Amino acid sequence: MSQSNGLNASALRDQLHQLATRAGIHHWDLGAACSDDCSVQVDRGEAKQLKAAQRSSITVRVWNREGLVGITSTTDLSDQGLEQALVGAHAASAFGNPEDIPQFSPLATAPLPDIDRPLQKRQGILPLLETLREAEADLLSRHPAIQTVPYNGLAESLSQSLYLNSDGALREMERTQASLYLYARAEEEGRKPRSGGAVRLGLGSGGLDVQGCIDEAVERTVSHLDYRPIDTGTYRVCFTPEAFLSLLGAFSSMFNARSVLDGVSLSHRDSLGSSIAVPFLDLHDDGLHPGHISAAPFDGEGTPTRRLCLIEGGDLQHFLHSEATARAFGVEPTGHAGLGAKVSVGPDWFVVGTNPNSTSGCDLNHCTEQDPFVLIEDLSALHAGVKATQGSFSLPFDGWLVRGGERVSVEAATVAGDIRTLLQSILHLEPTAEVTHRGVSPHVWVDGLSITGEA
Amino acid sequence: MSDAFSNQWRGLLESLLQRGRGAGADLVEVFLERTDHIGLLAEQDRITSVNPAFARGAGLRVFRNGRDGFVSTNDLTERGLQHALDQALGMLGLEPQHLSAGSGFEGLAQLTDHGLTKGDWLNRCPSLDHASQCLLQGTHHLERLGQHLQVRRGSYARDWQEVLVAASDGTFARDIRLHQSSGLSVLAADGDHRSSIGRRYGSTDNPEELAHWDSEASAAEVCNSAGTMLRADYVDAGQMPAVLANRFGGVIFHEACGHLLETTQIERGTTPFADRVGELIAHPAVTAIDEGLSGGSFGSLSMDDEGMAPERTVLIKDGVLQRFISDRAGELRTGHKRTGSGRRQSHSFAAASRMRNTFIDAGPHQPEQLIESVDQGLYCKSMGGGSVGPTGQFNFSVEEGYLIENGKLTKPVKGATLIGDAKEVMPRISMCANDLELAAGFCGSVSGSIFVTVGQPHIKVDSITVGGR
Repeated sequence: MSQSNGLNASALRDQLHQLATRAGIHHWDLGAACSDDCSVQVDRGEAKQLKAAQRSSITVRVWNREGLVGITSTTDLSDQGLEQALVGAHAASAFGNPEDIPQFSPLATAPLPDIDRPLQKRQGILPLLETLREAEADLLSRHPAIQTVPYNGLAESLSQSLYLNSDGALREMERTQASLYLYARAEEEGRKPRSGGAVRLGLGSGGLDVQGCIDEAVERTVSHLDYRPIDTGTYRVCFTPEAFLSLLGAFSSMFNARSVLDGVSLSHRDSLGSSIAVPFLDLHDDGLHPGHISAAPFDGEGTPTRRLCLIEGGDLQHFLHSEATARAFGVEPTGHAGLGAKVSVGPDWFVVGTNPNSTSGCDLNHCTEQDPFVLIEDLSALHAGVKATQGSFSLPFDGWLVRGGERVSVEAATVAGDIRTLLQSILHLEPTAEVTHRGVSPHVWVDGLSITGEA
Repeated sequence: MSDAFSNQWRGLLESLLQRGRGAGADLVEVFLERTDHIGLLAEQDRITSVNPAFARGAGLRVFRNGRDGFVSTNDLTERGLQHALDQALGMLGLEPQHLSAGSGFEGLAQLTDHGLTKGDWLNRCPSLDHASQCLLQGTHHLERLGQHLQVRRGSYARDWQEVLVAASDGTFARDIRLHQSSGLSVLAADGDHRSSIGRRYGSTDNPEELAHWDSEASAAEVCNSAGTMLRADYVDAGQMPAVLANRFGGVIFHEACGHLLETTQIERGTTPFADRVGELIAHPAVTAIDEGLSGGSFGSLSMDDEGMAPERTVLIKDGVLQRFISDRAGELRTGHKRTGSGRRQSHSFAAASRMRNTFIDAGPHQPEQLIESVDQGLYCKSMGGGSVGPTGQFNFSVEEGYLIENGKLTKPVKGATLIGDAKEVMPRISMCANDLELAAGFCGSVSGSIFVTVGQPHIKVDSITVGGR
């Protein structure tokens, strides 16, 4: 069922075909997107900002007579806009890189996976506002120290994506999506302010777990009110699923064939098959996972999305590929490409788990462990504190020092280390994996990480 | 309607503003935008990516009793703009209607056209061929001057933007903006040792800027830094005094304090300085300024995105808080007068109070005096990125650092992160040198990513937490 008044794939294909033929361009492809979304923010019961947007954009690639590629993007979908894009792409193709020429994906017409994401009815801005107002009021009433919810938002959107090329490929998808975030700030007399928050994603705003989001935001804020400084030193650490996934995501260039070819990955062409983690660790990229709300059936080059094993039993198994990197490695594209003159590659949805044929040999559990450890709930400032090309990280975190089962919130502190060492120092993966908005992972135990406190 | 923004748009804009006011809006604002962007990337000795992009669109904002509704669209037809306006009015419970009188809207003022003399800027910008040659020259210099370089990159971006702002208070202004940035970066690797270093340079409103770029000097700076840091040890964590170098060292003030002086932070209740105008919030050695006037600086403007001319805003003088950075909504909701600081990434964002060229002013000392005053500490020659959280906690990575021992710079160290919160750190900036310099950068916040300048002279922080290993 289509709800949008957006792009007409067949009409766009015909329009571009005519314009390209007139310009003498015979080999081209196009990615297009349009969306219709609205969002609300509130401040102590009042609507703070109400927003809506109608967006559309296309990216056109053309191959010139020498076979070189040029690209142009535009938000102007009129005849004039498309013509300008074609002319711009053709001019850019004169600067195409002859050593790395992308082609159409050989899988651009392959069957697509069936993704069960039924479109949801959108509620509209005023019901969203009412829901968020109530959520904020509920959150503020939970604890006297919570004075504001400075970062909050409830949004819903309908979006459409297309891929088509001059060889007849035509991919089309439509999806609805909703998100809620509540980030509270709490302060007690004579103490530093603390903040914490939660996020929920859904196919539609009507199905969002609002109550769960409020409960988690309250827990994450209030539980840190009674904080203490931590001594600088080396600690046993347990990462929550969300924290571990965010760290892994920041180093995803380890699995990225584009980064490998560019020389900016910690991995090399010959790293496949080598041991990069403890033997009981498995890692998959699964863009089709049922928990992945933003799942798409194809990537920017029209390649079908699929589940891909990255690490099995601690060994590096596969890289994420576009058409061009796959050709360079002699494999099939994996469905992780964008669309560009130099095509970007990125992960979809990480799933971390224990290898079925291996065990860590220990039974650490963050709920029952009696020996001291630091439980890291959330890592921040990854853009500044992660050196993906070097492997090192130094990141502020929210968490607890846990001793004899007693949790004490840690005042401002950072955790530092090297991702390669960390993956080889994992002590244990707890048996229960959690679906988060970043992916799927259990709690992950690691030994010997440096923590700097203000003590 | 003409593609270019001009007086030809007056009739349509007035009818939209009248419609909004007639429906009961306190104020209606329309922001129209056209952009033309080119991004170039050189890797090793080849151009590997050329990305042209064109965009156009409108952002319509309606205020009513302190609340606002904002709608953006790519559809600049009369029908598209009216639909967007009606949607924004509907958000505030207002019914669109046509009223020829009684709306309180008296028409737009004469067009203030800051773009009049800038019509040829786009044509005067470097051609793709010229820009490509400059970048390849840069990566060639890197090859020549560097050692153990695994990756050499050069990048160039040119952002041209034409905007037209119309509001029901009569504001009617047009501008053309031009931002260009170029940069070089390397990844050096030798066995297990790695260092990655980058530098970016940016200017505004100077089409010929790239022709004046000294790519050899840039390459030398990058290669020196990468070579020094390649085998540097990790810094030991702890509390220590730190001296931060000039130019991009100013990112610490931008992140740690500047954001807390934006009225959006007062609205959110996330600044500790909300009620402290006239009070000492920093060491008396500190005077800090935000302005949009410095010729050619990345954060300079002829007008802000609400049509107001920028001004020089003294934020802190001798440690005492003077002013907040304010936009239209900020003035409405917090009472702080607008400072010509309403800024946004594009028509997709409502303007918000944002920094422009923000810096700590020069002090009386020689830079070496600051280093000589430290027994054991850290010298931060080059800063990486940073951020500030909702409680004012900040963190910055140090790209190139050195230990200070007995008043002298000794060995290079890597992996350092500076951590703290503004309220505690500002009183600890006890010395400012006389070598103020600015550096171009990008700032991401509530209204998107915008061009800014950060800056400072060398400064000394008496004590700060350094994260490391």
